[in-house]
Amino acid sequence: MTTTPETDPGPIRQSARAKRATRIADAAAGGWKIVAIKILGLGVVDAIAIYALFVLVRSESWLVAGLVVAVTLLVNWIYFSRGKLPAKYLAPGLIFLAIFQIFVLLYSGYIAFTNYGTGHNSTKADAVNSLLLSSQNRVADSPNYRLTVLEQLGEISFLVTEPDGSVSIGGEERPLKEVNNAQLEGDVAVGLAGYTSLGFQDILGRQSAIAAISVPLTDDPNDGMLRTPDGSSAFLYTSSLDYDEAAGTMRDKNSGITYSDIGTGAFTSDNGQELLPGWKIEVGLDNFVRAFTEESIRGPLISVTVWTFAFAFLSVFTTFALGLFLAIVFNDKRMKSRKYYRIIMILPYAFPGFLSALVWAGMMNQEFGFINTVLLGGAEVPWLTNEWLAKGSVLFVNLWLGFPYMFLVTTGALQAIPEELTEAATVDGAKPWAIFRFVKLPLLLVSVAPLLISSFAFNFNNFNLIYMLTNGGPRDVSAGVNVGATDILISMVYKVAFVGANRDYGLASAFAIIIFILVAGIAIISFRRTKSLEELN
Amino acid sequence: MTTTTQEQKSDAAVSPPAAVGHPRRSFKRWARETGWRHIIGVIMSIFAAFPLLYVFSASLNPGGTLVTANSLFSSFNFGSYVDLFNRPQQPYAAWFGNTLLIGGISSLGTVFLGALAAYAFSRMRFIGRRVGLLTLLLVQMFPQLLAVVAIFLLLSGISEIFPAIGLNSQIGLIMVYLGGALGVNTYLMYGFFNTVPSSIDEAAKIDGAGHARIFFTIILRLVAPILAVVGLLSFVGTTSEFVIASIVLIDPDKQTLAVGLYQFVSQEFSRNWSIFAAGAVLAAIPVMTLFLFLQKYIVGGLTAGSVK
Repeated sequence: MTTTPETDPGPIRQSARAKRATRIADAAAGGWKIVAIKILGLGVVDAIAIYALFVLVRSESWLVAGLVVAVTLLVNWIYFSRGKLPAKYLAPGLIFLAIFQIFVLLYSGYIAFTNYGTGHNSTKADAVNSLLLSSQNRVADSPNYRLTVLEQLGEISFLVTEPDGSVSIGGEERPLKEVNNAQLEGDVAVGLAGYTSLGFQDILGRQSAIAAISVPLTDDPNDGMLRTPDGSSAFLYTSSLDYDEAAGTMRDKNSGITYSDIGTGAFTSDNGQELLPGWKIEVGLDNFVRAFTEESIRGPLISVTVWTFAFAFLSVFTTFALGLFLAIVFNDKRMKSRKYYRIIMILPYAFPGFLSALVWAGMMNQEFGFINTVLLGGAEVPWLTNEWLAKGSVLFVNLWLGFPYMFLVTTGALQAIPEELTEAATVDGAKPWAIFRFVKLPLLLVSVAPLLISSFAFNFNNFNLIYMLTNGGPRDVSAGVNVGATDILISMVYKVAFVGANRDYGLASAFAIIIFILVAGIAIISFRRTKSLEELN
Repeated sequence: MTTTTQEQKSDAAVSPPAAVGHPRRSFKRWARETGWRHIIGVIMSIFAAFPLLYVFSASLNPGGTLVTANSLFSSFNFGSYVDLFNRPQQPYAAWFGNTLLIGGISSLGTVFLGALAAYAFSRMRFIGRRVGLLTLLLVQMFPQLLAVVAIFLLLSGISEIFPAIGLNSQIGLIMVYLGGALGVNTYLMYGFFNTVPSSIDEAAKIDGAGHARIFFTIILRLVAPILAVVGLLSFVGTTSEFVIASIVLIDPDKQTLAVGLYQFVSQEFSRNWSIFAAGAVLAAIPVMTLFLFLQKYIVGGLTAGSVK
């Protein structure tokens, strides 16, 4: 490790001539290899961008296509122009940062203002389509449409001979259209120029895909669809729902109930019954209002927030205290074989964290775990299923996980405190405890404070430990969302968004935004305190 | 004050460090000075190592459950390790390979992107440098896991157009991880780059080296220790990352150890305990080896970060 003193080049003010000279020197110094690598790299980037453009234009995603063009041009401009040195070094990291950190941050903000989630995944048109499809029933006296399955460029079409003898072709979302150049066999159409007719074997191989296709009879979805159970004859299916596009309402033909779009993102009947799936809409501050006013959500949110702070604070405190204690104990040159103790004590830090949590979950199992069965001789202590014991267990396991790190950094920091200070204080008559309390600890805290803050931030979002040790449990059954006693904010976000049948992306994102505001606030305050930003000047 | 410290220093230089070189100490004195430290050391070593011994012993117990795992080291049999690789439903070998691949590529990419940025921040003065550094710090306050919903929806949108980098794609996951390449890492490296004197760059420049050559052939070698630390930390971080991997990777064949092993245990918690233990032991080996191998650098990197 180099220990040369820190040197800051300081603000460089070059004259125009000096700048030109640097440029010329740079140009002369860049070997042909570097130029070749540069051109090759840019070639690959441009090739990918052009491919992406083709795909994007074909799927008519104009906005994204525009962005791809803009970014590609920018990248080429940066690397082909002379100078722009900082941009050349920063661009690759910044592009990833912009997409996967900054964009997703803003996107989270947007999602928090929508009702995105189970049953509200897509556009209104998609929702109408899937409602009509899912409520299809075979018409009792449907005529038998004779059918040949055709394929063109991987897309399946139905060639239908209607009962009156006319021949039409259609496919998924392509209503039947009459054709008059079909090849006939008897009075049944069996092929069409430009298409391949599928044989019996092909149909068998793709039966489930073919059975899932429904071909609209006409442009009006209410006229019904053709579906085939066997690939050789099709029957008419109509939906029990009747969609009125002009009025924007769904009518259930069987019950006669009318569901209308009242702006909640789903067709809703007069008595409040919703037809799902609905579609995604912007709901404004609804999710935040729910988080703060709906009692079954606000209660858990508050208790989870309190526990998150308590957990993060206590984690830092306990691991730091134990780590510091051990650092002092082992920071004695008279003691032999310190090296071996140190290697053994680092092991929990080196063992992958998610595995430790799972192993401890096994050892703390109430009925079969090692702690209850062997150490406590068969006691059934509910380590992970009682609210308070579970909280204690989480802290205990985190102590096991975290003390080696603190031990390492405090050892380093202790050794960096000059020995003379201790000796000077001893000469002045100070007792060891006083030396530690008034000389070493303050110096130590100054140097490890930034690490304590980052450790706090890490534990604030220590998802793996919580999720794998207790799964957030024991579950709080009275809560309106899926949370438990040991859930911290981040595991609550994950469970609301991804666990269970009812996923609520909008609410989860609103929680994420609330956490962000909390964390940013704390970070700003604490960084002001430690003034660790000073070195940026 | 200064004079006192100087006196102390010269004093310390003359007399040998206290208590070293007393080969025959009485037991009482030994107990008072270092004996109790050994007691604490032994207790802490047991505390630190026991869960690892437990999981190792459980892995040697073939067909073992959570209950049989309690009789430590009662049998020695590698049956669970063999079983581990013969379960088509839980493709452990694939998980292992995926983890190494995703972790390896992400950490290499992270080191490279971070080093590029740290070099620019450390050596160049440009408009927006200070703001850039502050922005990095601020963006880092919003960890990627919090945006997991947005990442999921973004990738599911991408997979409708480019399935190769959307949901269920490992390339997509690596790209998400690279989104966090700047930030904390850049800070660690930035501090270290600053300790390399810029006179080295200038000397090279006078010798006719261009910026690219200076960066790739001189600077990167001088900062190798911090590159190793950042690479290792990011490797460890990505191999045990669960949240994003669990929503991006859907097929069992594509999952990582964290996702696969978690689902494996959460489904049949106590029944397959020894097979899980075998999986855990194998999964821990590469990380722990790397860690103990690079221990010196890590400790140095952590303390450099703290005492800087």
